[in-house]
Amino acid sequence: MTTPNGPETGPETGPETAPEAGTDPAGTDPARQDLVRRYGARLLTPARRIPDPLRSHVLSRRVAEHPGRGWRAVAGKEFADHVTSVRFLVLFFLLGLACIAAVMSAAGFLRDVASEATDTPSPFLLLYTQSPERIPSFAEFVGFLGPLLGIAFGFDAINQERADRTLPRLVSQPIHRDDIVNGKFVAGLGAIGLTLVLLVTVMAGVGIVRLGITPSPDDVARLFAYLVVTLLYIGLWLAFALLCSVLLRRPATAALVAMAAWLVFTLFGTFLAGLAAGALTDNQTDEVRMEHTVSQVSPSTLYDASTATLLNPQVRSVGLLTAEQLDRAVPGTLSLDQSLLVAWTHITALGAACVVIFALAYVAFLRQEVRA
Amino acid sequence: MTAPATGSAPAIWTHGLTKRYGDKVAVDNLHLEVHPGEIFGLLGPNGAGKTTTILMLLGLSEPSGGRLKVVGLDPTRSALDVKSRVGYVPDNVGFYGGLSGRRNLAYTARLNGLDRSTASAQIDRLLDEVGLADRADDPVRHYSHGMRQRLGIADALVKDPDVLILDEPTIGLDPHGADQVLGLVQRLAAERGVAVLLTSHLLTQVQQVCARVGIFTNGRMVASGTVGELAAQRGGQYLVEVGVAEKADLAPMVGEIPGVADVTADGDAWLVRARTDVRAAVAERIGGAGLTLVHLHQRSEDLGQIYRRYFAEEGSDDDTERP
Repeated sequence: MTTPNGPETGPETGPETAPEAGTDPAGTDPARQDLVRRYGARLLTPARRIPDPLRSHVLSRRVAEHPGRGWRAVAGKEFADHVTSVRFLVLFFLLGLACIAAVMSAAGFLRDVASEATDTPSPFLLLYTQSPERIPSFAEFVGFLGPLLGIAFGFDAINQERADRTLPRLVSQPIHRDDIVNGKFVAGLGAIGLTLVLLVTVMAGVGIVRLGITPSPDDVARLFAYLVVTLLYIGLWLAFALLCSVLLRRPATAALVAMAAWLVFTLFGTFLAGLAAGALTDNQTDEVRMEHTVSQVSPSTLYDASTATLLNPQVRSVGLLTAEQLDRAVPGTLSLDQSLLVAWTHITALGAACVVIFALAYVAFLRQEVRA
Repeated sequence: MTAPATGSAPAIWTHGLTKRYGDKVAVDNLHLEVHPGEIFGLLGPNGAGKTTTILMLLGLSEPSGGRLKVVGLDPTRSALDVKSRVGYVPDNVGFYGGLSGRRNLAYTARLNGLDRSTASAQIDRLLDEVGLADRADDPVRHYSHGMRQRLGIADALVKDPDVLILDEPTIGLDPHGADQVLGLVQRLAAERGVAVLLTSHLLTQVQQVCARVGIFTNGRMVASGTVGELAAQRGGQYLVEVGVAEKADLAPMVGEIPGVADVTADGDAWLVRARTDVRAAVAERIGGAGLTLVHLHQRSEDLGQIYRRYFAEEGSDDDTERP
């Protein structure tokens, strides 16, 4: 009576649950027959009628057969919800508009450049980074608005399920608790990735058809690397929004907190870094260095520096360069692997931040009680 | 309305189940048994620990002590297997408002690993069974509360469960809606042999469908048994009403029966108070005396009275604790 039965032991073999049953393995025991009749007969075809303990084994195998079933099901549903949502349409329209403005502006610039010099490295990538008019370039747009995309797909991930009372139903399905949070993160990344790929591809199409500039293999590889880093950066904001949705009960509060963090880092990042540097040191040269170091805390700084390196082969450093260091430097271009070498610390830091924030959201969700 | 043969293995079984949150004991030493095909009603006021018990049965909350088995498995260790065989309808069940009823159920089917064609046939059948076939493709946000509750039951049945747990299934429903839901539950238990555990604080409904009832208050099960049994245990007294065709004084002859405390006239009938169930002995004695027995029945206290009595006891406990 003191030792609990193993999970594979059926109730009728537990001496404490049914003292009369369980001693008869041949199945002639009326209690056992009654069990099979009441319990197992419905799901099983008559030919496959098997005693209850075996059936639980069959079912447990069914669960084990598809290890990724849980998060895939969640991600599938969430992704479908995302791409059919009004929110997605609005953001897509916004980014699409930015995209058109950027490509028009870049096109004018590219025509001028093309007529003047033919040795401009990677004219194709200038499509994404140049914008002489008062409109930000595509890369600037994405750097600024990208986090909004991440926040939009994450801020109500968990708290909305609580508000709609769907969470108790969801966690009572045979999936692991973390499948929910993983599935939602993957679905968000999927929707963001889809948006970015579409926009980048549309711009490439405009460049090729309207301007007649074709991408070199190196350009394509750089664009791909740019997409991966951008996804990492927006993924970080998605994870942060997810964390907010786990910790904060109301979706509106979560959205506000996530957006406040986004504005602090994107708009006031430099300003705050300057303030901090001023407080830490008096020496002017040191202050510039310190400001640079402090600003690395902001993911937007990390992102801007790494994408600038990836999209422009002429960028040779993500750090500070003094006038002496630049003196008589011969302008040249870097190959993609060298650009990656320059930016890899930044990219790794971005990746690490993304993982850490997601891990926080994950742990917070797993530790929460189901009941509000 | 009696418990099934004791030989059948219980679908839900707990022994000394306890859950503590800090100093607060939410569920205290709970012994519970629900058999296949049986509807067990867990009756108690809000905050009695009913939902906590359910969460432990589903492996969503870890017990602080005691043992439990659901469909023969330990929910703490085999949560996934248990959850694939237990259908749960939370209180005030929620759905994704933008999706149709059918799509909501399809999601549940996918989470349970059912393949698409099996699931779609199953869902059509279930929607028909709960009477939502004609509204299946409307978004759930247009559903009434009663429709949602019925969709909740269909949702719990998608996985073809062996155990169905309903938390306050009739809360907020009008009498007609409540009848529909309870009728559905009754049919499921009878036709499919599903073990049903339902919680409620509404007595009449529990009385209407549950074979056995447990009265649950402050985390403790203070009484359990069939409605009749609970009614009979009126402080250890049975109350039997006897009527005979002839005008005769029953008091002397019935009063001799061992266990009978007193016999009083109650209009045309006689009221027998006893410590044990004396109905058989009374019938025999009347027959032996050549009288014609017109009626003989145990006067049952209705569940409401029992309920109030238990809570009155709880209340008096609280009073004595106060300085």
